[in-house]
Amino acid sequence: MQPVKDITGNAIPLNRADVDTDQIMPKQFLKRIERSGFGPFTFFDWRKDPNFVLNNAAYEGAPILVAGPNFGCGSSREHAPWGLEDMGIQAIVAPSFADIFRNNCAKIGLLTVVLPQEDVDYLIARAEELPAQRIKVSLAQQTVSIEGTDWARHFDVDPFVKHCLLEGLDDIGLTLQHDEDIAKFESTRSPLLPTTSTAA
Amino acid sequence: MTTPKTLSEKIWEQHLVRQEEGQPDLLYVDLHLVHEVTSPQAFESLRMSGRKVRRPDLTMSTVDHNIPTIGRDLPNPDPLSQQQIETLRTNCKEFGIQLFDMFDLRQGIVHIIGPEQGLTQPGMTIVCGDSHTSTHGAFGALAFGIGTSEVEHVLATQTLLQARPKTMSIEVNGELSFGVTAKDVILAIIRKIGVDGGVGHVIEYRGDVIRNLSMEGRMTICNMSIEGGARAGLVAPDETTFAYMQGRPYVPKGEDWDRAVEAWRKLPTDEGAKFDTYVTLDGAAIEPHVTWGTTPAQSVPVSGRVPSPEDAATASARETAERSLTYMDLKAGTRIQDIAIDRVFLGSCTNGRIEDLRAAAKVVSGKHVASTVRAMVVPGSGLVKAQAEREGLDQIFKDAGFEWRDAGCSMCLGMNPDILMPGERCASTSNRNFEGRQGAGGRTHLVSPEMAAAAAVAGHFVDIREVL
Ligand code: SF4
Repeated sequence: MQPVKDITGNAIPLNRADVDTDQIMPKQFLKRIERSGFGPFTFFDWRKDPNFVLNNAAYEGAPILVAGPNFGCGSSREHAPWGLEDMGIQAIVAPSFADIFRNNCAKIGLLTVVLPQEDVDYLIARAEELPAQRIKVSLAQQTVSIEGTDWARHFDVDPFVKHCLLEGLDDIGLTLQHDEDIAKFESTRSPLLPTTSTAA
Repeated sequence: MTTPKTLSEKIWEQHLVRQEEGQPDLLYVDLHLVHEVTSPQAFESLRMSGRKVRRPDLTMSTVDHNIPTIGRDLPNPDPLSQQQIETLRTNCKEFGIQLFDMFDLRQGIVHIIGPEQGLTQPGMTIVCGDSHTSTHGAFGALAFGIGTSEVEHVLATQTLLQARPKTMSIEVNGELSFGVTAKDVILAIIRKIGVDGGVGHVIEYRGDVIRNLSMEGRMTICNMSIEGGARAGLVAPDETTFAYMQGRPYVPKGEDWDRAVEAWRKLPTDEGAKFDTYVTLDGAAIEPHVTWGTTPAQSVPVSGRVPSPEDAATASARETAERSLTYMDLKAGTRIQDIAIDRVFLGSCTNGRIEDLRAAAKVVSGKHVASTVRAMVVPGSGLVKAQAEREGLDQIFKDAGFEWRDAGCSMCLGMNPDILMPGERCASTSNRNFEGRQGAGGRTHLVSPEMAAAAAVAGHFVDIREVL
């Protein structure tokens, strides 16, 4: 995983609540066994509407997505964050996120930022009005700011997630350092617990 | 005296491998379920970093999402699906993981086969790269969905890094009325708490209604916890749980069984334990539900009408409702029972178990599917299918004009050829009515198996209480 740096650029305003991962990455694209190349398939069905925000050339290549509450609900498919990342999104700002989606983003270095609804509304309005408006998301400072204005907001982030993202740490590598703890735990597990080889 | 604890807190604490201030807890995983869609990239990455699967003996896999439900002996019509199935086969072989493959009678939807085999047991931690892993919570296990990066983490370490969730008690009191099922209970719960009401929480379902449900019903409820935003939902194990489990292939036998039951009896939430959030519902007030929109919270009793967006509480809820109505091609004020349907899907990890098929068969027995409707039954597993055939349910369905299929996820998400055509309207026993979930442009109404069966016969929604 690449370390997350400060992200600056324009933002895509996606003013919808409860955007589910079936919309972000429809099922027909989950058949691929690769991890990359999902970008063009994001919001595949919504893109059929010429007025859909992602069809607006002004937002092409924008690194920030601003969306409504409960973003990423539904299926656990990590293909959804992979697609967003592949299309160039580096940070998503919303009033709330679904749990699994948020975890999945953290694992691949895609930053999720929670701001109050009114701040998100403001960012969305600003991005709709001025598609080229540059916004800065700084994980190190834990701030979202609108360039050229004094609008800036602080956001909370789990300290461990922040540390891993800033350093680009590999979870598995970290956990494997605690191999002894795992082995110790295993030695205390009840012998009554099932294994897949013990069927009667 | 020790502090009273909830069921989920006890399981959490019993699985703590490591705890450090400022870091998520490291939890041991007792059972890792794997399917073909969310695992290939995890195995590939494992291979690339030269890592092994730490506990293949605590890992179980099957093919369910992609697999055709007819003509399995023919070449798969979709080469990409075929490739994904073959990739799982290769990975299971290479890493020594047991696979219930396509022609294994035990093959089925991953959340059906765990309980069916007795691999799902009280007090366990269970994960799977699938959000409906919450189903297994019906046994008093802490079970939740994870993403592919986490699948890789579990494969490599048999542990998971998790922040401690909050706890929510959802109590459904009283008694259900005639014709009201577990599906209606969970739809009513989601309607009450909203699609994000459970975010950050583990739900424990409590109260007389839950206690009186069968294991199948409890699984239906826990299954849809994720539709209320919670990653996990559970029910305390009791005599109903033990009776369902006893004798299944992977449960302890003889004296071991007695010892296991004794340990399981200590799991239920202690008297006086506190939850972070409390919700209560009156079971007697719950009616059979039908969703009208594109989120599982957008439902009304079958006696009702499609609500008006004007009545929504907030501006954003109004907008969402308007979008849903446009997508669903419905007008506010339409009676639910006047909505005509084109398709019926009976199946999925929500309602694809034997009890669901029995209930639906009872409704269609001696009747026929309306001429305007195409209906199919997809049993949740090969064993459910075999059991139904032993009971003659297949014949009842076939005589009534239903298609009788092989086990899999099928039209719950349409990764195989079973999909809705654009504009088609479906009464479905599955769990998600998202836009395009069952096929691009398709319109899904979530209902109980009984309501789906009755709708198949009538060609439109009907109040099951008037049919039974
Ligand atoms: S039946 Fe549907 S919800 Fe259940 S695992 Fe399969 S696709 Fe997911």
